[in-house]
This record gives sequence, C-alpha cells and structure tokens, in this order.
Amino acid sequence: MTGPEPAELPSDAGGGAARSAEMFQGIRRRRGGRHGGRRGGGEPTVVPEAEFRSYYGRPVLKAPVWEWKIAAYLFCGGLAAGSSVVAAGADLTGRPALRRSSRLGSLGALLASLYFLVSDLGRPERFHHMLRVLKPTSPMSVGTWILSAFGAGAGAAAVDELVPRRWRRTWPARLLRRLARPLGLSAAATAPGVASYTAVLLSHTAVPGWNEVRDELPFVFVGSAAASGGGFGMLCAPVAEAGPARAFAAVGAAGEIVASRVMEHRLGLVGEVYREGHVARLWHASEALTAAGLAGTLLVAHRSRVGAAASGLALLAGSALQRFGVFEAGVASTKDPKYVVVPQRERLDARGSRP
Amino acid sequence: MNRLYGPLDDVAGDAGHVEHPPRVGFFTDTSVCIGCKACEVACKEWNAVPEDGLDLLGMSFDNTGMLGADSWRHVAFVEQARVTGRQDPGFAGLPTGPSGIPETAGAVEARLEAAPRGGSELGTEPLPPGRPEPQALGMPGFDRPGDLTGAEGRTDFRWLMASDVCKHCTHAGCLDVCPTGALFRTEFGTVVVQQDICNGCGYCVSGCPYGVIDRRQHDGRANKCTLCYDRIGDGLEPACAKACPTDSIQFGELDELRERADRRLAQLHDLGVGEARLYGRDPDDGVGGDGAFFLLLDEPEVYGLPPDPHVPTRDAPAMWKRAGQAAAAFLLAGVAAFVAGGRR
Repeated sequence: MTGPEPAELPSDAGGGAARSAEMFQGIRRRRGGRHGGRRGGGEPTVVPEAEFRSYYGRPVLKAPVWEWKIAAYLFCGGLAAGSSVVAAGADLTGRPALRRSSRLGSLGALLASLYFLVSDLGRPERFHHMLRVLKPTSPMSVGTWILSAFGAGAGAAAVDELVPRRWRRTWPARLLRRLARPLGLSAAATAPGVASYTAVLLSHTAVPGWNEVRDELPFVFVGSAAASGGGFGMLCAPVAEAGPARAFAAVGAAGEIVASRVMEHRLGLVGEVYREGHVARLWHASEALTAAGLAGTLLVAHRSRVGAAASGLALLAGSALQRFGVFEAGVASTKDPKYVVVPQRERLDARGSRP
Repeated sequence: MNRLYGPLDDVAGDAGHVEHPPRVGFFTDTSVCIGCKACEVACKEWNAVPEDGLDLLGMSFDNTGMLGADSWRHVAFVEQARVTGRQDPGFAGLPTGPSGIPETAGAVEARLEAAPRGGSELGTEPLPPGRPEPQALGMPGFDRPGDLTGAEGRTDFRWLMASDVCKHCTHAGCLDVCPTGALFRTEFGTVVVQQDICNGCGYCVSGCPYGVIDRRQHDGRANKCTLCYDRIGDGLEPACAKACPTDSIQFGELDELRERADRRLAQLHDLGVGEARLYGRDPDDGVGGDGAFFLLLDEPEVYGLPPDPHVPTRDAPAMWKRAGQAAAAFLLAGVAAFVAGGRR
C-alpha cells in the first residue's frame, strides 16, 4: 500500500456510514449471525464480532480442492510411520508378533495412503509427474521423496513377513530375509519425516486455519502418529510383547493432547474454526478418545488383552478424528473472508499503514 | 538473495533464464474502469477458456463473482453509498439517501453460505441453485442512480469497478508449492501452468494467497491467467489489455508500469482523490511485489482482495525447523520406548 490516506475519510464504524457501508460492501458479520447471532448450541460467544469489509461476503481464498481423502491420508501416513518405528524396535528387541503385525500394519497404511493420494489428484494417471522434480520449496515434492524412501523399506520389510512357508528356502526369500532388518530400519529412520512433513504440507499454504498453526502442528501430528502406531501394536500384538508399543503410544497421546491444547489456546480469531461447529465436535471427540486411550494404556493395557485392544482402538480413532478436525478447520477458514481480512488488517494497522 | 521472500530484482534470472527480456506485467488503473467486461470476454475468446456457468448472483452487475479456473479476468462491481473522500461530490447541502436497497448486498450471501466451497467455486463453476421460490430483491423499479436529474434524485453514491487478474507474484505461492514443475517462471517473469505436466494435485489452489488459481472440474488440471504467454512471445499485448477501451488495463515492462502508476497516483492525489492507493506495487510487500498491480479507490478487501497477503514460503525455513524438532522428538520417543522395554 503506497497511497497516503486522507484523514477525512468517514469512519466505517460510524452510525449511518457503517449501515450503508454494510449494505453495499458486504460487511459480513459472523456467519449465521443473521439468524440469531449465536452458534454452538446457544453458548454465548466470547470473541466479539469482528467488523470487517469484504466483497459481498465472498471468500477471498479458494477453498481447498482436496477431499476427505487427504485427511484420511494424514492419518494413514502417520499410522504407517508410527508402526514402522514399532516394527523396527520389535525386530531389534526380539518381539516377533509385534514386529510382524506392525510391519503389516505399516504396509497396509502405506498402501491406503498411496490410494488416497493418487485418487485425490485431478489426473490420477499422471501421479508419476510428482517424480519429475525434487523441489525444496514444495513440501508435497519433499514429501513425495520422503514417502518413496520410506515406502521401499517399509514395503520390503512387510513383504518378508508375507513369504509363504514353502518359498522360504528359495534364494530371493532368503535374500529378502537378510535385507528385512536393514530395510525396516531404513523405514524407521525415514518415518519421523513421514510423520512430520504432513504438518508442513498443510501449513505451507495460504489457508489461515493451517498456516497460523505452523508452530504447533508438527508436534500434534507426530504425537498422533506415535499414538496410532503404538495403538496399532497394542491392538494386534499380545500384551507380553506390546510393552514398548504402550510406552510409545502413551508418550504420543500425551504429546498430541498437550500440543493440541497449546495450539488451540494460542490461536486468535482463526481459533474459531477449531472451536465451533462440526470441527469442534471432531476435535472434542478426538481428545476424549485419545485421553481414554491414554488412560487405558497406562492403567489396564498391561494386564488385559481386551483392555489393550480397546485402548489401541481408542487411540487410533482419536488420531484419525484429530486429522479430520485439522483438515476441516482449514477448509472452514477459507470459506469465510473474515479469517483472511481481519488478521491481515490488524497486521497492517499494527505496522501503521493506515491512520 | 531473497530467493524465498522479499524484494527480488531479477525474477526470471533467479528462475534460471540467462538471457531474458525485461519483466512484464499489468497495471490496472481501476479509476478509469467502466465495467464493460471486454477484458473478461477477450480473455475467454483468445485463451479458449470454457464457460464458468451462467449465473445471476443478484448482488450487482458482477455475475462472474471471482477469479477461477475458468475466469482469468474478473470485473468487480462495488456499489457504495459513502462520501467519496476528499473529492467534492458536488452534492453539498442537497438531499442524500441510500442509493439502493440492502437486499442486493444480502441477495447472494445465503447462496454463498450454502455453496460447498463457500462461494469460492465462483469463477470455476456456478453456485448451486438458490432457493427455488422467487426471491424479493426489493427492486420496485428500474431507476438507476443518477437517472433523475433533479436534486431529489441525488445521492452520495459511487460505483467502483475493477478488473482483477492473476498477480504474477515475485514470490508466487502457487509456483513454490507445485510438486511437478508444471507451474514455471517464464522468461518474462510471469507464472504459467504447463497443461501437459499438471497432474491436478491442487496444492497451488491452497498456496495462492489471492485465491486466483483453481482446478477445472472436468479436466482435473489447474488453470489461471498466463499473461497471454503466446501473445507476448510474439510481441503482442495480452488480449485483455488489447480489448480494454479506457486503458484501465495497461501492459508493459514492469519498471515502466511502476513509474507510470506512481505518476498517476500523484495526479489523482493532486486532483483531490485522496483515497487512491496502489496495491501490489511495493516490492517490499509479502509477495515481493506483484507483476500485475492495481490502483484502487478503497481498501483492497472491498474489492475482494487480501489486504496484506504473504507468500507461505516466507515461513518455510521456520516450519521445517519445527517439523525437524517434532521428528526428533518422535524418533526419540520410539527409541526410548524400546530401550526402556529391554530385550525379550
């Protein structure tokens, strides 16, 4: 903005001028405000109505074209990453049942991830165009390569578990058996990248609900990945072997809850998209399930097979709902011009670009 | 170097073009826009942009609504009942009143809220049909503001019209996040999608801080203004600038356009149009300055533009640092869990 502002411009907040400005410039109050002014089951709103101007209330940004499949990918990618860490640890510490189930879980989640990612493309048959370049400014490009490196290791380690008994003595199977541990370890080494890059993927956008949470989202996502990976181990492996999975899940679940809380409390206006409506329900359900899963993990999962399975399921569900909540919050933040205009206007005013 | 953020003198050079022509762009002077929409039509004709869905939005003469995959120019119509800044409207002491009815502004709001993408699908596809029952827009007659010549018909009223277009940013969010290399920086410093490469991942749609680029529904690929890459390569000006009857859309070398814009701004300020301001001209702004910038007569958000956009890449180093910390914590938790659990 380079033009000096005239001091005589009538204030938009002033009586008649404000009314007529509202009529013709689409000053839009909170969505739904015209139909009662309150949302969220009649709770009074805490944040005062933001006054701002827009073009007939039309959004400034394009809503993401990504479907629910991207949210599902966020969960599956995290599960694949968490499971591969558990699988590598189980492999090194002699826990065959935990190793086997986690490797297979990792492969399953990886295959689901690939399906979700490719089918969400506008041109799925061109998915391999992602492999034309490695572009550091594009988290999706970086993620493609991280996922490729991860997938090779996680996939091969899981295939080793699937070799039928009668082929075990053939030389490819024996070679694979030898390579399974190093490949599984390579998957575990790239897993932290898989678990965390998706946070950058979302935050590296103009979407206010994702961009503004860039400081906390990686911690929410890795917590979620650890909780789901550990939870999957608890669900599938016997209690005796699943000790480390429980510990991993507990640390992840606690981290997820804490990071989500910090994130939600730090957010200003755009925090509304996390605190209202559909997203709030997802968010609360996710936290309740994760907390229940955490409690179960700490209290009953070490002595009851059923308790362990239930806790694992709760952690998996909590992780999934958390991803859908974050995804939906971002989408909601693009549909209302308020979340773009108000923070940017405040930023400009703070810099003194307007009298 | 400012390769991620901040002013950047030689954008084409930064993108790897060795010998390249000077950077070109648009200066859209909205103070002389008459809202004829010739730019929208010329763009569609030349670039064979498909129909974006015929719709009557009911809010103004703007039935395009927004830039999108199938609308590369969009003329905004803003109707304002407000004193026009320092400019003397010549109505002092005369009766004034609202020049329209609030229903027009509210006409489209319900449809925007009901739309799956909140109305941001405009420019790419029409909004879903509104309520089937006839909607009273409160238009009892066809009197237009200014039709009556007597004092009784005079109002404090102005129309703002502005032809919006892709900004061809110095630091383009869409270009930065494109994972296939489909989006690229041309030798002219503009940003173009290669249709044979784009696989429709949709990342650019969320990467753009202006809500410009979008994915075509039936085609699956991202589309936006190319600044008529085919025409400027042959020394022609883009179709919209060619068609603009008032030279509201000016095409040229960016440096020269910036000088011209500064002169025009000074002229308008001298004439008493104190509310005139340039948008996207400043190389110090959040996107390093726009290749296509504007002279506006009100705040940007009134035209549907973000007041202070920034390229998400600005925070990329900080975001990767946080992700690295989180990744380390994740790995540490995994290792610790198994070390504590011991061997079996």
